[in-house]
Amino acid sequence: MQTIFFFYFAFAVIVSSIFTIGLRSPVYCTLALLSTFLHVAGLFVLLQAEFIAAIQIVIYVGAVLVLYLFVLMLLNLKATEHFFHKQIWIALFFGLVLLVEILMGLFRSTLFSMGKIEAGKTLSPMGNTEEVGLALFNKYLLPFEVVGIILLGAVIGAMVLAKKIPTSKPEEKPIT
Amino acid sequence: MIPISYYITVSTLMFVIGLVGILIRKNFLIILFSIELMLNAANINLVAFSYHFGEVDGQVISLFIITIAAAEAAVGLAIIVMLFRRKATTNVDELNLMKW
Repeated sequence: MQTIFFFYFAFAVIVSSIFTIGLRSPVYCTLALLSTFLHVAGLFVLLQAEFIAAIQIVIYVGAVLVLYLFVLMLLNLKATEHFFHKQIWIALFFGLVLLVEILMGLFRSTLFSMGKIEAGKTLSPMGNTEEVGLALFNKYLLPFEVVGIILLGAVIGAMVLAKKIPTSKPEEKPIT
Repeated sequence: MIPISYYITVSTLMFVIGLVGILIRKNFLIILFSIELMLNAANINLVAFSYHFGEVDGQVISLFIITIAAAEAAVGLAIIVMLFRRKATTNVDELNLMKW
């Protein structure tokens, strides 16, 4: 049963990733990315990381993708004729080379001969959320605070960047 | 039970798709989507190893990655809005102001 779900989620993740970079309209790309994120959340549930799966759905799908969709609607993009770059064949070739290289490195490592995950070790008496919370506020307290400062900087930076600058000259030509 | 290698294979495929997406697309937004794909591939790796070793540290680090991705999305979208206001395009080939 778990195997069926794993192959379904893995297949859906790969196919919708390809759709994300291959579709023409940016709105369809966003929807394909949404499907990718939801299926990645399914993979997280299979890995007994329910908290990360919930965060994935709430933050990525609920916040980040909605932000992307809002900006897409604000920008009013027209579908361009040549939407692939002309270096597509070189890019595909090097992507294939990188894929083969990583997979060869993986299959030769001792990781793949370790085989199955030993059961019992992973099951904690506490729930997953409680365990993550304890680790987050004990061992990783300083990184947690640093991430808060990074978020604050990102919010201020985004506001400063997107603010409309009041120009003194009314007819300013765009820089070309 | 599913071996951890399957998860790593899925994450490798997703990472390479994101990398190819950065290289082949012209739209700035799709390039940001590809970066999100690559960050998610890293998340799958971290959570898979966290499950494999029975430690929760990988999940905490993937939580940090999700946070950083949200910050990156906010700043990237602000840059896109600013560029679109100035040049009315999201094609990265036309943004060659600093090209020598």
